Amino acid sequence: MKHRYLPMTEQDQKAMLEAIGISSVDELFGDIPEQVRFKGELNIKPAKSESSLMKELYKLSKRNADLKENISFLGAGVYDHYTPVIVDHVISRSEFYTAYTPYQPEISQGELQAIFEFQTMICELTGMDVANSSMYDGGTALAEAAMLACGHTKRKNIIVSSAVHPEYRDVLKTYAKGQNLNVIEVPLNDGITDLAQLKELTGEDTAAVIVQYPNFFGRIEPLKELEEVIHDHKAMFVVSSNPLSLGVLTPPGKFGADIVVGDAQPFGIPSGFGGPHCGYFAVTSKLMRKVPGRLVGQTTDDQGRRGFVLTLQAREQHIRRDKATSNICSNQALNALAASVAMTALGKKGVREMAAANIQKAHYAKKAFKEAGFTVVYDGHSFNEFVVKCNKPVKELNQKLLEKGIIGGYDLGRDYPELANHMLIAVTEQRTKEEIDMLVRELGDLHA
Amino acid sequence: MHNQDQKLIFECSTPGRIGYSLPEMDVPALDLNGLLPEGYLREEEPGLPEVSELDIMRHYTALSKRNHGLDSGFYPLGSCTMKYNPKINENVARYNGFAHIHPLQDESSVQGALELMYDLQQHLKEITGMDEVTLQPAAGAHGEWTGLMLIRAYHEANGDTKRTKVIVPDSAHGTNPASATVAGFETITVKSNEKGLVDLEDLRRVVGEDTAALMLTNPNTLGLFEEHILEIADIIHEAGGKVYYDGANLNAVLSKARPGDMGFDVVHLNLHKTFTGPHGGGGPGSGPVGVKSDLIPFLPKPVLVKRGEEFVLDYDRPQSIGRVKPFYGNFGINVRAYTYIRSMGPDGLKAVTENAVLNANYMMRRLAEYYDLPFDQHCKHEFVLSGRRQKKLGVRTLDIAKRLLDFGFHPPTIYFPLNVEECIMIEPTETESKETLDSFIETMIQIAKEAEENPEIVQEAPHTTVVGRLDETTAARKPILKYQKDS
Repeated sequence: MKHRYLPMTEQDQKAMLEAIGISSVDELFGDIPEQVRFKGELNIKPAKSESSLMKELYKLSKRNADLKENISFLGAGVYDHYTPVIVDHVISRSEFYTAYTPYQPEISQGELQAIFEFQTMICELTGMDVANSSMYDGGTALAEAAMLACGHTKRKNIIVSSAVHPEYRDVLKTYAKGQNLNVIEVPLNDGITDLAQLKELTGEDTAAVIVQYPNFFGRIEPLKELEEVIHDHKAMFVVSSNPLSLGVLTPPGKFGADIVVGDAQPFGIPSGFGGPHCGYFAVTSKLMRKVPGRLVGQTTDDQGRRGFVLTLQAREQHIRRDKATSNICSNQALNALAASVAMTALGKKGVREMAAANIQKAHYAKKAFKEAGFTVVYDGHSFNEFVVKCNKPVKELNQKLLEKGIIGGYDLGRDYPELANHMLIAVTEQRTKEEIDMLVRELGDLHA
Repeated sequence: MHNQDQKLIFECSTPGRIGYSLPEMDVPALDLNGLLPEGYLREEEPGLPEVSELDIMRHYTALSKRNHGLDSGFYPLGSCTMKYNPKINENVARYNGFAHIHPLQDESSVQGALELMYDLQQHLKEITGMDEVTLQPAAGAHGEWTGLMLIRAYHEANGDTKRTKVIVPDSAHGTNPASATVAGFETITVKSNEKGLVDLEDLRRVVGEDTAALMLTNPNTLGLFEEHILEIADIIHEAGGKVYYDGANLNAVLSKARPGDMGFDVVHLNLHKTFTGPHGGGGPGSGPVGVKSDLIPFLPKPVLVKRGEEFVLDYDRPQSIGRVKPFYGNFGINVRAYTYIRSMGPDGLKAVTENAVLNANYMMRRLAEYYDLPFDQHCKHEFVLSGRRQKKLGVRTLDIAKRLLDFGFHPPTIYFPLNVEECIMIEPTETESKETLDSFIETMIQIAKEAEENPEIVQEAPHTTVVGRLDETTAARKPILKYQKDS
């Protein structure tokens, strides 16, 4: 068997068998009991050459309608944003992408420093004291935040706004089941968390209240009023936030959030059919030693040179084993690197300019829909998404739109029965006036 | 600041510089004050850097030079399977039709992606001998927890609610007990015997009516195949428990033995290990879970099914444990793993394991004279040495690891598994040439001699890296976890 990934020659094999003192490779598998030994050939597709496999998979990829060839107004947690070209050049450096976790700091300073910078940027955007090296994604980060809150407060009820991403809430419920915790959903009032009902539901047994900012419908949750209710009951205030929006929105840290989580996908990470993305996790300093996942800290060597190490590892599974409060082992280092490069390229000015363009373009689109006679539901201050009422099933409309090269908005009826025939439309800085006008026109024609 | 310090990106910042090129603003740029509620327009700018595009490239290129990747040199990190990351995988994963599709698009517009996922599931089913596979878990530990949640749901569906305990060997990875805890179980440890394998007597002692599952890595973290695997599975099954396979070490048994044929009910795979992920400096990974038929109803939603010629995401799964992750898993890593499997085919995967195991045994035999070999038998894809002989000379395993850095090698896994004193765990993988193995062996022999003749050189290593050993105690005692302007 010759293969470009397998350097062993017949001669090598002979020399190695001799050194071991055996005559065949089979002898090395003699400890596998006869009854469980696999004797046939795996019934999988035969190997393909490099070029023919690339051709086959390219064809397969062309069976998907991608966001490069089509105009996308689909968001709902995953967005089509400007990605500085340099992002891919940096993350393609194999010193980064072929490395393992930086367990040997002396030869991993590059990765460790990059993570340290990521932690800093997340703190800056969220207004929090401490951020970890990243989580799998925004959904699991949110679930871990709830676990942290329950562990810290020794309470069992988690209150979550119905305007939190439906799939994040699903993940939360699965995690909560594992820990025998209760998840209680707060209903909405005109597209934002109903404060009056939240007051009713929050009590001495509430570990955390979780809201999304901007919420699933693009609306700006009243963090100030929410904070008062939550902290009155000594519950933890958890905010799931699109980090790009924090370029223009007052950061949750300013409103007294205890934990801020979310997904850094808007910063240089492709939609990629939903993953891998990059969760982030930020807390106030009092929760520093309870953060799940890896943390990188600054220190020095014996000559006083600055260096970075994985730190506060007493929190983690490989030390605590069954006493650990989280089992997370990996992080999303490469995607955190991508996000860091994008945040660096945007910088202080660009992150605001890009976030502002989202608001302004979405606002333009919302206005255009209203002028075309559509009803915008939950109308009010919003970031880059809003809800349009349709008179036909969204699935049907989207199939028609795709024929025109448009990927339409999210079908809200999938998660909110009361919002059947309602479309959640995302307008990022990537969309041009012409594209927005075309969407309004096409949807208008389909309604006629 | 020391004159050899690598600047942080924040220290490269100069007000007024930019590194971006945003799309043209072709709609009215209305005043944000009117578009946001009062008090919600950010007042202070976030402290992000202000640098040019070249500044950014130089910065990250400098950082990359301070990092050892697999492409930089040998990386025999035990239980991590640091094999070559094929470049075709990277190209395929970047095809627009894979990298730039939205998870919530209409299913009819992503049939190619769903077909790839479905075919990957089929391949993984065959490779592991399981009946169904979900690609949803994001990483190995996430897969472990998912698998345990499936087992929990299975027992609960049978009204068997007293099964609160998960048995884990003392040689297990730390995620095993941690995952058990997060899934709501209590962990019981089963001892290893003098051969490094599960002690059957101890297993019989700890198993009972409260046993939900046994978690096992096979070959185990010592690189040894559990010879009595069928008996172990019988003991657990007779007690009504399920047997869980931690797939961290699957590279040792491809086409040689399948978890599904060894009596395992649930298995997770680390696609970033055996199936060339890559590791990405710590992630993203991908941790699919395979199950036997009686556990299929509990799989996380949605389940990808084929109806006629169409691939469909099935949400109508009343017994499902629910979602474990938004969307459908780390698709980009799954594309890479699929590309790898299709590049290897059945013969290739068989050769992977044979060469990996031969490489490991060759290294083990050649090093056995110089380091203690606690378990003297054929190993699988990895083996453990003990540095206790060197410890008597004042040279710790940590010192040996640091000394290896001076020769351009990434050290093996050290101090794991926990049941071996001064443990050194070596996994060469199949993609390394004999010349590379020989050069590492010669270096290890040299270090063993240095430990006898000139221990200081080992104790004070590394001597050639950009920083020396770092003060981890102060890092943990007075944590500095982000850049502060005046630090």
